Parts: sequence; structure tokens; C-alpha cells
Amino acid sequence: MTASRTSAVLLFWAVLIVFFAWDWTHASPVNHRKEPAILAIGSGQAPSGGHCSAF
Amino acid sequence: MQTTLSQAGSPAIAASASSALGHARWPLTAAILLAVLALAWFVTVRQSVLFVIGIGMGGLLAGARFGFTTGWRRLIEARDASGVFAQIVLLAVAAAISIPLLAKFPGDLAAALGPPSISLLIGAFVFGITMQIADGCGSGTLYKAGLGIPLNMGVLPLFALGSFLGSVHLHGWLSLGAVAPVSLVRDWGAGGALAATFAGLAVFGLAAWVWSRKGGAAAPALWNRKLLLAGIGLALLAVANLVVAGQPWGVVYGFGLWAAKVATAAGVFDPAANAFWGQAGNLRTLDQSVFLDVTSITNIGIMAGALWIAARKPSSGKPLTGRQWAAVLVAGFLLGYSSRLAFGCNVGAMVSGISTGSLHGWIWVVLAFAGSLIGVRLRRRLGV
Repeated sequence: MTASRTSAVLLFWAVLIVFFAWDWTHASPVNHRKEPAILAIGSGQAPSGGHCSAF
Repeated sequence: MQTTLSQAGSPAIAASASSALGHARWPLTAAILLAVLALAWFVTVRQSVLFVIGIGMGGLLAGARFGFTTGWRRLIEARDASGVFAQIVLLAVAAAISIPLLAKFPGDLAAALGPPSISLLIGAFVFGITMQIADGCGSGTLYKAGLGIPLNMGVLPLFALGSFLGSVHLHGWLSLGAVAPVSLVRDWGAGGALAATFAGLAVFGLAAWVWSRKGGAAAPALWNRKLLLAGIGLALLAVANLVVAGQPWGVVYGFGLWAAKVATAAGVFDPAANAFWGQAGNLRTLDQSVFLDVTSITNIGIMAGALWIAARKPSSGKPLTGRQWAAVLVAGFLLGYSSRLAFGCNVGAMVSGISTGSLHGWIWVVLAFAGSLIGVRLRRRLGV
């Protein structure tokens, strides 16, 4: 791997991590009291996440 | 003009890089384990588990170089059906487990149901063209970006922007004509849905076999052990995603969400005024951390899994000219835009749609493959 390519990989991950950190500080805090079951199956909770097929 | 970003120049340099990256594997393993624990502690245990599932997906995709795009291209250009057969096995295994589960737990688990529509026809066709030019579908772009391939790292932000704009315009496209999503599980029950799914996959397999045999005695083998095992592994992880998250594996929603967050924060987009992002569930997702979003967390996991593979097995890519870069980046944007019009990419529409009994998944495959027939020619002309 060339030095320029290593730099590109590091830059890519740095931008991602900065984005995630920015998002974490600006998003609503996680409400642990509303934590979903580890397994959705058998939980009795309807799925509510976004999906590519949603419209 | 050629950029120097793209490639490990010589075998010697690549070998040296391999050695250097090999030393990065232990710190990388530690960082990934730390991220798993941090997600469990600060976010939710479910999201931590989904991150691990994503890592597994990324590891399999990158380790076996399991590319949906490449599989189709190899079939079209080299009459090599081994990649497509591995994809058919993936779909069959995922469907064999997912469809009975969906029938038994209709309240807990959801299928990937997109509406058959003009939007789907156009979106899948354009996606098929552009995935060949951009050398990656949704999962392919993710894992190749994770591997550090410059083309795919460059495509990813434009894929996200396109996905976001596609979702913003989605209801306009749907007004061209659409019918309600068709669920084979709901309409025919688990047995009927499974029979129809296996019959459809058998037809695809037969068509691929006939096409590959036209190559004569020199036609490549139908089965590639590495791809086959990766396909089975991906099917099991896709089922795990369904069981844990309650919804099938997806990719492009997460991309659109990331761009939507940036656009909203920049004040250039009002989600409440948009038909798609103004829906209660999407507004809630926009307000939460991306770490709470199901598709985002598996996307991040896929990139992390691929990065871990890259630490042992550096990937290659050929240098691109400025013109080629421009073509690839435009294709990346269209890839994202069309994936929202088509209600998913190879993962959200094809893998998840077909394996959970959605008619739109079948329509998607036919149109996207037709687009790929054009896409491979354009790719050849562009020299990408």
C-alpha cells in the first residue's frame, strides 16, 4: 500500500469518526429505560426501524 | 492524468504493505472489541449485537470478495455462473429460514415490502447500470470502502447524497403509478411463499446455467467453494439480522439518513415538510444517534469487518484517469438515488425482498440485471 493510499484510508475513517462523534453530541440522549429486547423475535414489539423498502 | 491514490504499485510494495498492515490487526481487533462494548454500554445491547453481525457480514464479503456486482458481470462477460449460483444459494438459505419465521411471528418480524411501481422499474434499471460503472452495489461499496479501495471510498459520500435526495423525491416518483406491496407470506402462507420462491430461484439458476454452458467446454465451473460458503454465511447473518432487529438486512436507508442529518443540521433541509422524512418514524430516527439506527449500525459493522480483513489481505485497484473518476462519481450518485426509487439495492431489495417474500424483490432483479447488461458495456467503454 502506497503512502498516499494509506493517507486516503486514514482520512476516510477520520471523516467517518468525526461525523459519528458530531452526531452523538447533537442527537437526543439514549433513553436506556426504553431499551428494546435483545432479540426482536418473540419480544411482542413491532419493528420500528427505517428500511430501504420503506416509502 | 492518473491519480496516484488508487493502487499498491508493485508486488514488492504490496508485500511490504501487507506486512505493515498485519501488525495493525491486533490494535484493530482491540478497537473493534472496544466499540462492541461501548455500544452495549452507551447505546443498547441489541445495537451492539447488530454491530457484530455487520462485522461478520463485512468479514465474509471482503474475505471471499463476495460481490453481487462482480458475480453478475462475470456471468455476462465470461459466462462464469459461479458468483450467481452462490447468490442463489444465499437467497434460498435465507428464504428457507426467514419465510417460516415471518409466518410464525407476524407481529415481531417485518418483511422488506416495497411497492411494485414505475419508480421501482426505473430505479432498479438505473441501479443495474450504475452498479457496474461504480463497481459495487450497496454492500459492495461498503465493504470495498472498508478495504480501502479509493474508488469505493470516493463513491460512498455521493451514494449517501443520492440516497438522501432519492428519498426526498420518492413520493413524487410514486405518484407516477404504484400498487400496494405484495407479500407472498401474507397471501399464500409460508408453504406457498417458499414453493414460489424456490421455483423462481430454480428458474434463475437454470437461465444462468444455460447461459454459462454457451461458452462450450471451456465454460468455468458452476460452483466456487469460497463463494458458496460465504453465501451460506451471509444468509445466516441476514437471518440473524431479522431475528435481532425484527426487520431484514438493509443498507441504503442508513446512507440516506447520514446525508439527511447533515442537510438538516446545515439548515438546507426541513424534514418535517417532506413526505418521507416527515413521517413520525423517520423524524424520530433523524433525532436519534445513528448508533440507534439498525441499518447504520450494520453498515458501520460491514466497513469495520472489511477493514479487519484488509489488515491481513490488502486489496488492489487500478489507477483511474480524471475522466474515469468523474464517471464513477456520477454513477455513485445515481446509484444512491436509484436505490431509493427501487426500494433497496442488492441487499434491501434483492436479498431481503426475495428472502422475505416480497414481489418487488423479483421485479428488482429482472430490471437490475437488464440494466447491468448495459452497464458492463459502458464500464468497458469507460475503461473503469
